[in-house]
Amino acid sequence: MIDVPTNTGEAVVFWVCAVLSVLGGIGLVTSRKAVHSAMWMALTMISLAVLYISNAAPFLGMVQVIVYTGAVMMLFLFVLMIVGVDASDSLIETIKGQRWTAILLGLAIVVILVWGLGSSLAGIPAVGLDAANRDDGGNVQALAHLIFTQYLLVFEVTSALLITAAMGAMVLAHREHWKPRPTQRELSEARFLGAEHPGNRPNPGIYARHNAVDTPALLPDGTPTELSIPGPLRARGDVAPVDIEDVHQIEEADSL
Amino acid sequence: MPATGVFSLLWLLIALPLAGAAILLLGGRRTNKWGPYLGVLTVVVDAILAIWMLLAMMGEGAEERTFNDNVYSWVFAGSFKVDMAFQLDQLSMVFVLLITIVGSLIHIYSLGYMSHDPDRRKFFGFLNLFVAAMLLLVLANNYLLMYVGWEGVGLASYLLIGFWQWKPAAAAAAKKAFIINRVGDVGLSLAIMVMFVTFGSVSFDEVFGSAGQASEGTLTAIGLLLLLAACGKSAQFPLQAWLLDAMEGPTPVSALIHAATMVTAGVYLITRSNAIFDLASWAATAVVVIGVITMFMGAIIGCAKDDIKKSLAGSTMSQIGYMVVAAGLGPVGYVFAIFHLLTHGVFKAGLFLGAGSVMHGMKDNVNMRRYGALRGLMVITYGTFVICTLSIMGIPPFSGFWSKDSIVHAAFESNTLVGVCTVLAAGITGFYMTRMVAMTFFGKARWEDDVHPHESPKVMTIPLVILAIGATFLGMALLFWGNIETWLEPVVGYEEHEIAIPELLLMAITLVVVLAGAAFAWIQYARREVPVLEPHGNLLTRAARSELYGNEINDSLVVQPSFWLSRFLVWFDNAWVDGFVNSSAAVVGGFSGQLRKVQTGFIRSYALSMVGGAVLVVLALALVRLS
Amino acid sequence: MNPSNYIILSALLFSIGTVGVLVRRNAIVVFMSVELMLNASNLAFVAFARMHGNLDGQMVAFFVMVVAAAEVVVGLAIIVTIFRSRRSASIDEPNLLKY
Repeated sequence: MIDVPTNTGEAVVFWVCAVLSVLGGIGLVTSRKAVHSAMWMALTMISLAVLYISNAAPFLGMVQVIVYTGAVMMLFLFVLMIVGVDASDSLIETIKGQRWTAILLGLAIVVILVWGLGSSLAGIPAVGLDAANRDDGGNVQALAHLIFTQYLLVFEVTSALLITAAMGAMVLAHREHWKPRPTQRELSEARFLGAEHPGNRPNPGIYARHNAVDTPALLPDGTPTELSIPGPLRARGDVAPVDIEDVHQIEEADSL
Repeated sequence: MPATGVFSLLWLLIALPLAGAAILLLGGRRTNKWGPYLGVLTVVVDAILAIWMLLAMMGEGAEERTFNDNVYSWVFAGSFKVDMAFQLDQLSMVFVLLITIVGSLIHIYSLGYMSHDPDRRKFFGFLNLFVAAMLLLVLANNYLLMYVGWEGVGLASYLLIGFWQWKPAAAAAAKKAFIINRVGDVGLSLAIMVMFVTFGSVSFDEVFGSAGQASEGTLTAIGLLLLLAACGKSAQFPLQAWLLDAMEGPTPVSALIHAATMVTAGVYLITRSNAIFDLASWAATAVVVIGVITMFMGAIIGCAKDDIKKSLAGSTMSQIGYMVVAAGLGPVGYVFAIFHLLTHGVFKAGLFLGAGSVMHGMKDNVNMRRYGALRGLMVITYGTFVICTLSIMGIPPFSGFWSKDSIVHAAFESNTLVGVCTVLAAGITGFYMTRMVAMTFFGKARWEDDVHPHESPKVMTIPLVILAIGATFLGMALLFWGNIETWLEPVVGYEEHEIAIPELLLMAITLVVVLAGAAFAWIQYARREVPVLEPHGNLLTRAARSELYGNEINDSLVVQPSFWLSRFLVWFDNAWVDGFVNSSAAVVGGFSGQLRKVQTGFIRSYALSMVGGAVLVVLALALVRLS
Repeated sequence: MNPSNYIILSALLFSIGTVGVLVRRNAIVVFMSVELMLNASNLAFVAFARMHGNLDGQMVAFFVMVVAAAEVVVGLAIIVTIFRSRRSASIDEPNLLKY
């Protein structure tokens, strides 16, 4: 058994990353907006990756960054976009006693785990992974050795699992078309027979001061028209107010 | 003695009618044509066998007249052993003769009486079943096998009383007979149990042999229980209410079962158990008391009934009371009880079959107020009926005189009061029998409009004649030629005492009392006009008409309390048992109604309880592991 | 510095994740809390691998990551499907199991 000295470098890394990850966790749980929670989550994951590397698991650290932070968090953000980026939970708790019981239970978990694990692990020296990594000439090679010999069956089964998950996602997200896709002719006919004006709607920002997506276009008589704002923004009420002062100034300038 | 020679055919006596019953009842409609003749044949063969056995038995010495035939080992449970074994001794010999000979005559009579009935095959099947069971009863050599026969005759009685099942009165009467009999049967089964506990066995030899070793209390208990059984089967007070209702059955049934044989089974039981009654004087006294009460009860009831069969049933009850009195008197009386049983069997069967013949001619009407002046139209019936009447009244030289006077004499030997009672009852007997004869055969014709009385066919009158001959000569034959006292003495014992008054004087007094009763009835019913509608009558008449309120007493003492008990139990079941069950269900329901509020439907609540549970489990594990 | 510090950190992150699951109403935030719990257990595995001196812990952590990725895929697909029909991503909405 070789005693692995934990030098001060590791201690500094640990403390910094520990604090950051705890902060990230608390931020995740307490943010109002979901996107902010995702950001805090990313922070936690990066600091955890650093901790993995300092624990002689460089491969895992990289995988953490690439797969977790890279792929999984991006997936979360995409879904947030679909569901509603702006949707913010009210932090008022509707179920009575839920919040306080939850915090109490969380504290209980921490206490039990720390006490239990701490008392059993006290004084046990860490063996360190130098020997394990040295055998195969590096951490990646050692992990590869293990995957393809001892854990081969697990590997194959997890690959089946991944395929199933991908298929599951496709099946769940699939929208069945009950009617044939409307052809361009049908769309056109519907447009001209419809109630609305068949022509193009005005682009946002026409005759307005700005041409941002949320700035409504102005009709010839100067009134803003909401029709120029894209649907989702309109639904959210994300319409920027038109600066009437500027319009009046322009009118005065024109009439001069 | 082991059964050899003709006695090895003992089992055949029972097997033949039993086979006849099986063939007729199981064979079904296929046997309808020849079935009745087969039924008659089995009993006739039995009668021939019985006479043969009698002749063989008479050839043996007096002490060697008991024959045992062990057919097979029936019960062997530890120390309790019962065999299916038959015993033919002098007592059972006379019974076998009575059952088979009178039974054959009644079977032949039924060929004519039931000739128009579509179910006659079944009738003969049941009659054969009865004969088999009754023979088993008297031939068994242990109480348990006798109980089988006892129950068998009860079953046959039920089947035969309720033969015309479609008549509600008949069905009710059958049920009543069976239930009241059952009460008596409880007595017999308890007696058997006590015997087993006391003596370790229920066979006659062992029980009677060791009777002297049991305490008097035990013997009195056994005696009283046997008396209860005898009361049930022989229609003695207090279990007498079924006999008059049993007249709903066809007349041959009344003749065979409720006159000659089944109702005498009680007397057989007491006489067979003489070893017990001799040692338990209280039980014997109870027997005499019951006998005296029933003697009077039956006679009084018979005086007021207008139904000819019910009047004869009352008479049967009274005559069996005579036999029970004689049996209760102990060794002075056992012999005469059996003597009277035999003569009564013959003349009572003759009276019943005669009544059946009258009914046959009067279109099955049983109301004597609708008879009258039949003696010219039904000569043979009239003649045989009168002979049997003279016999039952105890007029010399007919058979009833010898047997009844012997009982009167034996009664005076033991107790003067009992003796006086027997004489009085004889007087009442004279009254009601003369009344019956007068109302039926004398006086003016009170027939209904479409009734044409006529004599019955030969198949019915020939048995009547044979029975009348028996009613005339049997008494003298048994007493003088057969020496009935010495014949039965080895089985039941015989004693004779002196009485205060000379024998001849006693006979004369009895005869005078009987003739006085007869004369009184003659004046009332033959000389005076008999009203067609029954008159209101005085208190005693009305009481006698309602069978001395026997049914009302049973109703209030037994039937109504049973109804109350069952109603109470129903209420208890509904209110308490159901209430308990329902309320425990309601408690569970209420509890679950509250418990379901845990299901709030919120995922987070469920997650909370999951985490809480996990924390508890880990805590418990940690505490256990680390302590 | 004691290597068991990592374990304590893992326990802390795990409990924060639990509280997040129980307290938040937005389905996606709840999901992210679950991911936090999984990450915490991964950290514990890696630390134990170091303590024991063999790579089994890292193997397990690797496979946990794979499985967690698959789970996220399917879970988010479910959330999207539910959102399409119910127009809401709150996990308090579907309370049809209520008594």
